[in-house]
Amino acid sequence: MKKKFLALMTASALALSLAACGGSSSSAASSSAASSAPASSGATSGAASGSAGGTFKIGVIGPLTGENAIYGQAVANGAQIAVDEINAEGGAIQFEMKSEDDVADGETSVNAYHNLQDWGMQVLVGPTTTGASTAVAAEAYNDRVFMLTPSASSTDVVSGKDNVFQVCFTDPNQGIGAADYMAENMADSKIAVIYRNDDAYSQGIHDTFVSEAAAKGLEIVYEGTFTADTATDFSVQLTGAQSAGADTVFLPIYYQPASVILNQANAMGYEPTFFGVDGMDGILTMEGFDPALAEGVMLLTPFSADATDELTQNFVAAYQAAYGDIPNQFAADAYDAVYAVKAALEAAGCTSDMDAATICEAMVAAMPTISVDGLTGKGMTWAATGEVSKAPMAVVIKDGVYTLPD
Amino acid sequence: MKKMKKSTRTAFLTYLSVILVFAVMYALDSAGMLTRSLSGQLVPICCYMSMAVSLNLTVGILGELSLGHAGFMSVGAFSGVIASMYMKDIIPSVPLRLALTMIVGAALAAVAGVIVGAPVLRLRGDYLAIVTLAFGEIIKDLVNCLLVGYDSKGLHIAMNLTGNMSINDLGLEPTGVAIIKGAQGATSTLTIASFTAGFILVMITLFVVFNLVNSRAGRAIMALRDNTIAAESVGINITKYKMMAFVTSSALAGAAGALYGVNYSSLQATKFNFNTSILILVFVVLGGLGNLWGSLVAAAALTILPEALRQFSDYRMLVYAIVLILVMLATNNPTLKAALGRLKPSKKQEKEAAGNV
Repeated sequence: MKKKFLALMTASALALSLAACGGSSSSAASSSAASSAPASSGATSGAASGSAGGTFKIGVIGPLTGENAIYGQAVANGAQIAVDEINAEGGAIQFEMKSEDDVADGETSVNAYHNLQDWGMQVLVGPTTTGASTAVAAEAYNDRVFMLTPSASSTDVVSGKDNVFQVCFTDPNQGIGAADYMAENMADSKIAVIYRNDDAYSQGIHDTFVSEAAAKGLEIVYEGTFTADTATDFSVQLTGAQSAGADTVFLPIYYQPASVILNQANAMGYEPTFFGVDGMDGILTMEGFDPALAEGVMLLTPFSADATDELTQNFVAAYQAAYGDIPNQFAADAYDAVYAVKAALEAAGCTSDMDAATICEAMVAAMPTISVDGLTGKGMTWAATGEVSKAPMAVVIKDGVYTLPD
Repeated sequence: MKKMKKSTRTAFLTYLSVILVFAVMYALDSAGMLTRSLSGQLVPICCYMSMAVSLNLTVGILGELSLGHAGFMSVGAFSGVIASMYMKDIIPSVPLRLALTMIVGAALAAVAGVIVGAPVLRLRGDYLAIVTLAFGEIIKDLVNCLLVGYDSKGLHIAMNLTGNMSINDLGLEPTGVAIIKGAQGATSTLTIASFTAGFILVMITLFVVFNLVNSRAGRAIMALRDNTIAAESVGINITKYKMMAFVTSSALAGAAGALYGVNYSSLQATKFNFNTSILILVFVVLGGLGNLWGSLVAAAALTILPEALRQFSDYRMLVYAIVLILVMLATNNPTLKAALGRLKPSKKQEKEAAGNV
């Protein structure tokens, strides 16, 4: 049954791509695809050749199991929703998607990447985590496979590799964004930083935050560290922050340790303003965590599931219907990544019979020319270096939902 | 021809099969007949084989339990990465640079082995297990504090012990390259590892271990394992021979780590955690204590297995665990052992029969 369906899809896609090659019908096909797509305003470059089409094979890599599984699953699910939408549209470009598990480990991620290559992957959406992405990016650069990571935020992922792009903010971007926001809105606060010093993501944001905070004249009164092995008890760090008189605690960490911190701070009656970054996203849907503890927590995130625009609401509804959860920022990043890939494929005029390397070269040229209206930002554009340009947004958790701060 | 000793025969058969397997895999790989998945795993498999054989020297032949073998791999990996990045402009030849990288990795891991072994190997009991366990954790935390950069003035190294420093505090020139950035690890390593280098590493490892085992020192080491008191009574210097085996083992692990380090452009200290140490111990136990070719087969099989199980998607590690348990049960099954035992004497009889003719 499934095979039959697949065969039918492939056949119809083939027929479509053939029709697209016909010439006169081609521009109609691609323009209808662009206008009817909910997220991508694909071809802003008028030079888009009209012959883009076919069923492309997209590979997705992320930690589907293990301690970071919530991120990988969000990415795989978000990408799947975008792929389903695009396929249901029936435009010239159709996608076939396969997601592989990498347990957030570099070696396994490279293995997963090779596995996807054996499957015939033409475009890579992933990996999800920073360390894994850096390892895979080097391979993708050598193999000339176009790579768009939804959520790996370190500049090391993209630097020096022309075919690697990011959908999320970079670490410096987040650290600087957080410091700038604090300098503007809470300039005279005493800041404590608690970060995980054996994690690439956490340390990356911490380093840029500290240097930007110094430049903006913010006062950092305490810095506490922890590692993966000591992420179960934060009484030392919290007592340190409290006795140093900190009224703002910056947490450039993932949400699991953050939940412990919030819990312990509550137990010891310490009530500073907690300020997180995009790794904090997901804390409200965490199992066994009382969302009331996260009341008043601020975080810097490009996506809020409670936004009222139609696009977000449709996405949240589709995600909840399919997976029963409220999507987090990673799902939204992956959703946008798939639409960005679609827009770039259209702009580059790629067809699915091209090999990965040809598609890669065409997309590298097309990427800086496209602009995508996605869940995580309006009018996202990419620099040739691979970094995305979109506005960060600070939200505060009020009554269990993200709201814009007053 | 004079009849070859059994140990020598095993050694030569192992060399021969490794060479054969390498030749076949190399030919298949060059002809593009391997899947990308398998050809990408060739170098890590070689590293894990070398790790397993070297750990077998400590656990199987010396008879001391080590739970921190990944720590030596870590020392080798990060020193190898630093060495290879430092030499990238000085030595343009990649094979030479790779060889030097592995030598540096081996040397530093040997130093670490001396530091760990010197106090502990004087003791009797399971102290080595405890201390190596701690060593693995200490190395992880030390590398997390390590900041290394390189510019025209040479290497810049800082230990970020207070947690307040970043790579900017190294004072690198604008053209300088950051090699290791604390917790972010090595993030821009040039990948120079090759399957041939992996093969040579495995051959050297086997050669060193086989020759050590079959030498006078090796017999002393095994005598220590079997009966320490008896060995001491005939005048064997216990600490010296224990150190010899342990330091050799850590140096070989360092060389394997160096090759592993330059095979990936990004490497974090957390990769070499307790789980990795246990994984290598599993290779050794599954292959059989003291059985070197068993370690080789187990390392290769257990590295390929999780990838081969990808069709089970989320359940693959579950299936992996079940397969592992089944294999362990099967290899310890008395019926199976008896069946294997029946095969062996018949072989011997044949040979004797052949010898008589």
